[in-house]
Amino acid sequence: MAENLYGLLAEFDGPDELLKAAKDSYAEGYRKMDAYSPMPIHDLSESMGYDKHRVPFIVLICALLGACSGFGLQYWVSVIDYPLNVGGRPLLSWPSFIPVTFELGVLFSAFGALIGMLILNGLPRPYHPVFNVPNFERASGDGFFLCIEAEDPKFDITETRAFLESLKAKKVDDVEP
Amino acid sequence: MGSPAPIKDPTMPAPVLGPGQTYTTVTQRLSAIITSRTPLGWIAALLIAGGILQLLMLSATWLLIKGTGIWGLNIPVGWGWAIINFVWWIGIGHAGTLISAILLLMRQQWRNSINRFAEAMTIFAVMCAGMFPLLHTGRPWVAAYWLLPYPNTMSVWPQFRSPLIWDVFAVGTYFTVSLIFWYLGLIPDFATLRDKAKHKISQIIYGVLSMGWRGSAKHWFNYEMAALLLAGVSTPLVLSVHSIVSLDFSVGLIPGWHATIFPPYFVAGAVYAGFAMVLTLGLPIRYFYGLHDYITDRHLNNMGKVMLATGLIVAYGYLMEQFFAWYSASPYEGYMMQNRTFGPYSGTYWSLILCNVAIPQLLWIKRVRLSPIWLFIISMFINVGMWLERFIIVVTSLHRDFMPSSWDMYHSTPWDWGLYAGTIGFFLFMMILFIRVMPVINIFEIRQLVANKNRGEHAETASADD
Repeated sequence: MAENLYGLLAEFDGPDELLKAAKDSYAEGYRKMDAYSPMPIHDLSESMGYDKHRVPFIVLICALLGACSGFGLQYWVSVIDYPLNVGGRPLLSWPSFIPVTFELGVLFSAFGALIGMLILNGLPRPYHPVFNVPNFERASGDGFFLCIEAEDPKFDITETRAFLESLKAKKVDDVEP
Repeated sequence: MGSPAPIKDPTMPAPVLGPGQTYTTVTQRLSAIITSRTPLGWIAALLIAGGILQLLMLSATWLLIKGTGIWGLNIPVGWGWAIINFVWWIGIGHAGTLISAILLLMRQQWRNSINRFAEAMTIFAVMCAGMFPLLHTGRPWVAAYWLLPYPNTMSVWPQFRSPLIWDVFAVGTYFTVSLIFWYLGLIPDFATLRDKAKHKISQIIYGVLSMGWRGSAKHWFNYEMAALLLAGVSTPLVLSVHSIVSLDFSVGLIPGWHATIFPPYFVAGAVYAGFAMVLTLGLPIRYFYGLHDYITDRHLNNMGKVMLATGLIVAYGYLMEQFFAWYSASPYEGYMMQNRTFGPYSGTYWSLILCNVAIPQLLWIKRVRLSPIWLFIISMFINVGMWLERFIIVVTSLHRDFMPSSWDMYHSTPWDWGLYAGTIGFFLFMMILFIRVMPVINIFEIRQLVANKNRGEHAETASADD
């Protein structure tokens, strides 16, 4: 039975109940799980062991890349390819190159933040098994869900269902793969 | 005079959210603006804005046929309405980024219900701004090699020591980053609309736009960090954009332009103009869609205070310009200021002082800050005043500079008016379209306010920002 299920989806009353259920499930030993809520809930992801921020690193790399390419472009244009002598000023007049360097650093880091977030979240992803649960459309409105996935070594269809019900879930649904 | 709602306890600020809101009511109410039937008033507004938009089409077409000679430009006033309107529109955009980025970093909860349409306003205002320098080239299709560094067959490159090319990068980055920030905030709301939409086609469109957002805890974890970092990079960006715009002037040696106060003075003016435009748009939207529970007295009060503060900075800027003209002991600076204050454009100058300095002093009065009608009237004065400010800076400095033999008067033509009014039509048209197809208030952030309120944290955070 367990091999043709993605997992079990339990619905909870509100953010605090969901956070408590996620903490209890993690304490019980479940690892392959995710919570779904219509707005960010403080500590929820951390309570399930997903607490490493990777977006800042991506943004930093992009910012440096943008700033270097901005300065590099201006250096190459003004010093190497198209040197213009304006009133005997130095070709590498770096203070006047700062605005473009800064702007490109910001531009690249903004792309890094958006694309980094999407890649880390595995988006865009049009299909996901949790969408098969009819009730799940409320996860973008007023529903708070916890899904324990069948891949978890501790997953057992009857025991896990009983465990989720013991956490005062309003409803527990099977998630078709 | 309007009828301001009485505040029960004068020591406590009004709440950022109306009473009795739950996750369900917030989601229903805010998505219903889009999923309900099209209101007739909306169609009427779109048609009016679309009619004004035709002026843009007409003026731009005639400009491209005949060239910039149809404008009132002359020598010495080689920069006329195009640069005035460019600076005016760019400035208006700044409030959107200020609300979404700077107030996010400062954890100001009242930003949540106004940030979405303020960001939309930023994007459309920057679009309007961008049209003017492009059209001012007269031949926008050949302008690419003046503006963008790309390898072309003439082997020429832009001059990177010029503030005009900095402007291209600043405005281009500003537009792109604003778009990214806006889209990032819209992803979870697109997911809500995907799940609320009734029609198959709209479900597919919102589904594609939401990228399969599921609201997973991991999604939110990375999402919140991305939003925070975007706010972090947008904050110096927004300060840099109008500073760079001001360098277009202050790097020049023209009397009245060559002043170190320009960057901060321009940034304050931008925020001032932007908040005026947020109120100009926000008050009617709030009225027609009955969003009083989301845009509360608290928002009006705070926006009034921001306008008052930035308006005082701008007034200080005007005072300092007068002081510099005297203290520089330069006869050209002195004459420029005397000509600006008492010369042929003195009527414009004193209208500017009336609109931007005198009338906004009403905002000291709390009843005025809480009255939508008064706020709307004052923000219209500021919209006009900020345009006059740019007119004064551009025209009075250029029309009489160093050589009396080259002095001339500047007269605008109907085509100047047509293009300017046309961009206002474009701006309104885009805003009206936006209201109908995207959530005008950030739904998931309002749900966060509901969650805070349920936990009773609301009272503490409410007093922190007042």
